[in-house]
Amino acid sequence: MSIFINARLIDPETLTDTLGWLHVENGAIAAIGTGTAPTDLLGEIIDCAGKCLAPGIVDLGVKVSEPGERHKESFASAGRAAAAGGVTTMVTRPDTLSAIDTPEVLEFVERRAATDAIVNVKHMSALTKDRAGKEMVEIGFMKDAGVVAFSDCDHVVENTKVLQRCMTYARSLGVLVIGHPQEPTLTKGAAATSGKFASLRGLPAVSPMAERMAVDRDIALVEMTGVKYHFDQLSTARALPALERAKNNGLDITAGVSIHHLTLNEYDVGDYRTFFKVKPPLRSEDDRLAMVEAVASGLIDIISSMHTPQDEESKRLPFEEAASGAVALETLLPAAMRLVHAGQLTLPELFRAMSLNPANRLGLECGRLTIGAPADLVLFDPDAPFVLDRFKLQSKSKNTPFDGARMQGKIKGTWVAGARVFNA
Amino acid sequence: MAFRQKHLLGIEPLHPTEITTILDVADSYVDLNRQAHKHSDALAGMTQINMFFENSTRTQSSFELAGKRLGADVMNMSMQASSIKKGETLIDTALTLNAMHPDLLVVRHPHSGAVDLLAEKVNCAVLNAGDGKHEHPTQALLDALTIRRAKGRLHRLSIAICGDIAHSRVARSNLILLGKMENRVRLVGPPTLIPTGMNELGCEVYEDMEEGLKDVDVVMMLRLQKERMDGGFIPSEREYFHRYGLDAAKLAHAKPDAIVMHPGPMNRGVEIDGSIADDINRSVIQEQVEMGVAVRMAAMDLLVRNLRAEKAANHDGVMA
Repeated sequence: MSIFINARLIDPETLTDTLGWLHVENGAIAAIGTGTAPTDLLGEIIDCAGKCLAPGIVDLGVKVSEPGERHKESFASAGRAAAAGGVTTMVTRPDTLSAIDTPEVLEFVERRAATDAIVNVKHMSALTKDRAGKEMVEIGFMKDAGVVAFSDCDHVVENTKVLQRCMTYARSLGVLVIGHPQEPTLTKGAAATSGKFASLRGLPAVSPMAERMAVDRDIALVEMTGVKYHFDQLSTARALPALERAKNNGLDITAGVSIHHLTLNEYDVGDYRTFFKVKPPLRSEDDRLAMVEAVASGLIDIISSMHTPQDEESKRLPFEEAASGAVALETLLPAAMRLVHAGQLTLPELFRAMSLNPANRLGLECGRLTIGAPADLVLFDPDAPFVLDRFKLQSKSKNTPFDGARMQGKIKGTWVAGARVFNA
Repeated sequence: MAFRQKHLLGIEPLHPTEITTILDVADSYVDLNRQAHKHSDALAGMTQINMFFENSTRTQSSFELAGKRLGADVMNMSMQASSIKKGETLIDTALTLNAMHPDLLVVRHPHSGAVDLLAEKVNCAVLNAGDGKHEHPTQALLDALTIRRAKGRLHRLSIAICGDIAHSRVARSNLILLGKMENRVRLVGPPTLIPTGMNELGCEVYEDMEEGLKDVDVVMMLRLQKERMDGGFIPSEREYFHRYGLDAAKLAHAKPDAIVMHPGPMNRGVEIDGSIADDINRSVIQEQVEMGVAVRMAAMDLLVRNLRAEKAANHDGVMA
């Protein structure tokens, strides 16, 4: 039992930011109120000293490199990184070696997660076997075994007929399908977004239009099949009107964006800095600003880290050959705070996108400051400055684009079901 | 003499005065190369390694000759055949070579940015002999020297770069160099071979050859890079020659004294008509090859001067 007092309560449901208190009992939020806490509550008193207390982050799309590449990230290291970043629920991606595409592999990762990770872990399954885009996985068995969504991650199902069947089958089971909207033939081999910068650097590039083309196809399929659908990452302004129309037409569609596409643009690659190579590639500044605005307006529902650990060897290569992806569990909140400090998002809007919306989309009870909800909480100082040192990250892999970056927003503590898992 | 670079990785990092310095030094090497005794001791005692991860005859022999004329010990390594096949990374290859204490490393690599990456890991001077579709600085410098000698100046000229811009590092380096020296640059070619965003780089883009060549002082043709074509950029070579190949009729739209350049090797009858290439009154293609050796001598000479100065400074540091 514990009582958080003097807390700035960030409530993404009511979009409020008020000074108050919160009482935790049996791992759940038992009472909550504004002003001074009643004196008759029992438990350890945690004085938040006016810092922010928010529902813990639900990070949709974390790559833990088990099975196959445990040297890059394990459930233990990812769990520590998540706790240090205020992430209380990791939703893991199935793009492992081998893919999580059978109940047997799922059982392995569930067991590993349960023994090793200090935060909540939910699992996603591949949509097709080996993410090869040919045959669907055992969607029913996987659902019964507890997966929260189905996705082939960055492998786009090229065969539209296969995808249509997967979606139709998934609809009958009421499960969520997550897609990566990039037209695959245009995207093949691309390491950058086409434009002045990519042309000067001589990098193989893809038009931002490849995203809109894929969004259009997938929306048509959702209309056709009625499946619950989520775009893992949108990153271009041109894709947004289609999303808006689809939502207005009542389709069950949501969309996400990665923290990197909200805070970095194509020029950050500079002289071929491979830590800035992500998938899809970083976009223009106009696209970045459009994404930020779409998060503020609620058109884009979810911000995720797209945490992708890569070892030094896979990054210390010529840009075209280097692996894509960046670790971001620990930098998600501080990086997102840039948008808050720039006045582009309020804190409740930020936690709507990082905690409430992903929890709702996956049918989880967490992600909110409501009586009865699990006491998954993050306490942070929104203004505390620091310079990021990548070698101090908890992740086994250190491939962050924010190495040496000045950031503002320090996590002071993280609680999962009322138990403290991180203490700064 | 202003040349402060440690490496020659591209034209982009160079200041205009540094470009002028290289060209001035190169001019003197042109004179040397025309004498019976073509030898200097600028690189005496130095080791130069030519590391080509991509096939090259012309550039590699030009660098080799340049090094030998300056008295360096030159070694050629053909990298396609060796360690990368055994799975060694670029950085490990670089470190291996670095341990042999070369003074100059000349590198060509099929990936953009690979030479920059390599230069971070070695402590000798690195010269980029072409990286992917990024830069080929010595080619741009030899083109500049050729233009300066033919036109008497390297500013306020109108220059058309024609053909396969998309796959060309030569085009990029030339575009940057000619822009830095305050010339007007046009890019001419089929839209499938012009990368996006080029018009934002301070040049004009033309899809019509005759329009693009109108009143230019210099026509720079590029090789149609068949080996880099991953399919379907142009309908056929004969249509390409018809619409974009440089022949007398198209050249007539340029200024009467316009010169014709080509970085080689040429595809006669694809991007250039043989009679234009051989026209000694218009074509400076052979001069380009000659200037290539001189420019590479100048670049290596200047880099080695900086290398020696740095080593001397470090030595002083130790003694103090």
